[in-house]
Amino acid sequence: MVDDARGEVSLRVNGTAHRLEVDNRRTLLDALRDSIGHTGPKKGCDRGQCGACTVLVDGRRVVSCLMLAVAADGCEITTVEGLAGGGELSPIQQAFVRLDGFQCGYCTAGQLCSAVGMLAEHAAGWPSAVTADVSPDLAAPRLDAAEVRERMSGNLCRCGAYPSIVRAVLETAARGQVAG
Amino acid sequence: MPGVIGVVDHRNAPRLSPLAGTFFGPDGGLLMLQDGVVPYAGCPVALVVARTPEQAKAAADALPVTYDEQPHDTHFSAGHPAARPASTVFGEDANVGDVEAELARSAVVVDEWYRTPEEHCGAMELHSATAWWDGERLQAVDCNQGPFIVATGLATLFSLEPERVRVRAEHVGGGFGSKGLCGPQLVLAVMGATLFGRPVRVTMSRHQVFLMTPPRPATEQRVRIGAGADGSLRAIDHEAAFEVSPLASYVENCVEPTKTLYAAAAIRTRLTAVPLDILPPFSVRGPGLTPGSFALESAMDEVAERLGLDPLELRLRNEPAAGPVSGLPFSRRDLVACLREGARRFGWADRDHRPRTRREGRLLAGTGLAATAFSTGALPSSASITAEADGSFTVAVGASDIGTGARTALIAVAADALRVGTDRIRMRIADSDFGPAWAAGGSRGTASWSWAITDAAAKLRERLGDPERPVTVTADTTRVLGGLPPRERHAYSAIFAQVTADPATGEVRVRRLLGMFAVGRVVNPLLARSQAVGGMIMGLSMALHEEGVRDRASGRQVNADFAGYHIAAHADVPDVEADFVPDYEPDDPSGIKGVGEIGTVGTAAAIANAVWHATGVRQRTLPIRVDRVLEDDPR
Repeated sequence: MVDDARGEVSLRVNGTAHRLEVDNRRTLLDALRDSIGHTGPKKGCDRGQCGACTVLVDGRRVVSCLMLAVAADGCEITTVEGLAGGGELSPIQQAFVRLDGFQCGYCTAGQLCSAVGMLAEHAAGWPSAVTADVSPDLAAPRLDAAEVRERMSGNLCRCGAYPSIVRAVLETAARGQVAG
Repeated sequence: MPGVIGVVDHRNAPRLSPLAGTFFGPDGGLLMLQDGVVPYAGCPVALVVARTPEQAKAAADALPVTYDEQPHDTHFSAGHPAARPASTVFGEDANVGDVEAELARSAVVVDEWYRTPEEHCGAMELHSATAWWDGERLQAVDCNQGPFIVATGLATLFSLEPERVRVRAEHVGGGFGSKGLCGPQLVLAVMGATLFGRPVRVTMSRHQVFLMTPPRPATEQRVRIGAGADGSLRAIDHEAAFEVSPLASYVENCVEPTKTLYAAAAIRTRLTAVPLDILPPFSVRGPGLTPGSFALESAMDEVAERLGLDPLELRLRNEPAAGPVSGLPFSRRDLVACLREGARRFGWADRDHRPRTRREGRLLAGTGLAATAFSTGALPSSASITAEADGSFTVAVGASDIGTGARTALIAVAADALRVGTDRIRMRIADSDFGPAWAAGGSRGTASWSWAITDAAAKLRERLGDPERPVTVTADTTRVLGGLPPRERHAYSAIFAQVTADPATGEVRVRRLLGMFAVGRVVNPLLARSQAVGGMIMGLSMALHEEGVRDRASGRQVNADFAGYHIAAHADVPDVEADFVPDYEPDDPSGIKGVGEIGTVGTAAAIANAVWHATGVRQRTLPIRVDRVLEDDPR
């Protein structure tokens, strides 16, 4: 076993370029939190089972605990800190606040990033396990509560804020505010 | 290995005091790394401290550990030869009237066993602490439910004067009971900081959180209920056995609802503890009442079934005028209001009470209800308020906000008590230096801290005429709480569930969940509703999913992560309705009872009763797994 092999990695996080030398074993999550200081993504299981560490990598949802930092070299990463712009919360964040879509807040960064990624997937026409008609020529399936619950099920919330989260996502989607 | 600073094990660990413990007494589970004995599978044997988490993990994986195996027993059953009467810390067993004679006179008698497995808190935040020595003072940032109580425990454990220990926990990612104690993360971080003279952060893995933070004990409960043909209860006999560890005393008070919920000519309860070679179990949200009400409220549904009576009507006919066992008056009892209003909103009046008569395609559909009570009150706490020169007020209280919204609620309470706007309140919480305070636990946090804040506000308002600023007053509720008259003080709820069961797959899904609650004065309706809804979802999860499974050969939990131990996810949860009937606690200055736990309490029974209504088969063992529904399907 080679201990402490290190690699150089370039990450663009929330629009800012970072060049880091990291332990090759370091996950993207630990790099974001401990190397760069973005503590928005949270570690809830470190094995891809809870979704609290969800970030967007090149626009796609990724559980950052399952991605090595060196594997993210050259990627554009958005964490929860990058969702708000110009000092104002994004529409999905505002909906979470207004509808009480969280309690302890630990899963919230992951729920938010996941919701933004999920709405983009839906808008691109991706089906889910509960989509009745998956014909390739159909436009985006109708987004209802069952679709949101299915698509958000990788993000656990032990406080049980699920109903409010689903409402917040549906409300944001209905306003066409997909970009979060 | 690179980066390693040192290893702590039983040969060099600081010596710990066996006096440290919990509400229930000394807790030997806290005495980590003190000798070469591993009392339960998952107990820490060493702490590796390194410069980075990767280095620490690699070094811990490489650490050689040799074990001699000794006989052990982790297999729980009520009939275990080591079973013994439980501690009476929550009061003596009930023994009112002649149970056997009343059962003999009953028109129907239900006599059944109900079983619940080990269940885990599963707060999303991993248990984590950072500790360092600041001169002669030990400092720690921890995740816990009560920094003052934890600091006191830590001081005892390390034989330090209490004023030399400061613990803060300003932001906590969920607790549900698991962060009520001085946790392994904190004890080990302090050991590392002490031995190596530098700040040490310990973050447990999810696997370790499952193995090293206490579960709700498994229970086996026998409930016998006898009723007259008119539905009046003649006897309730509730025997509950639960697992404990020889390391620490604990009581899973399953019989609490039986002592207070219904009138009956005879009531008997017995609590039995079964010591096993396991981590000491401890409180998980709604301790005691959650498994206890599953048994009692399932049995009540069986009584209604055998009488051919509406289960709602059965509850309404057995309202007690005073505490059925204690004889004490109720401070306020609004169970009937919860039942009636919940039934109205749910559409219960239209229910056909016969089981297995509704089909939706291949699915069987049914509804069920459960009634619950959860004891409430305030525990001694202190708070300080400073009137600042700029006209604002700084409130300092050792409260902990584990996701309940306590910080927000307390700002409202303080603003109310000081008669100013919330924008003039600066709320500081979760620091042991703020003085004695109860924890976020027992559904008593908001009531306990609010009382101290309102007392401090009253004292401060007397001094506001004096122009001196800043001026600080402190209040402590220990004396006033000691003078309260004894009463039956409870929050109440009625939970209604609608489910479908698929006879082909055994899958049960919850279609609808509605709870009506009487929780005293509601400080913040948005937050209180979220507490109630979240509690019901935890109850749903308990009903259908959650089960800690032990390998009998190794004594180790085999499903110790979120893949093996499923908690309800988005797709498991319908929209959940929760609301409150008007209520207040007459003896509390703010009228508060408590809302943190009662949502969890009745939900499993309501769902199990709905599953019976759908399928015609009783589910007396949790969780209601697909194999149990399949195997029990009558066709």
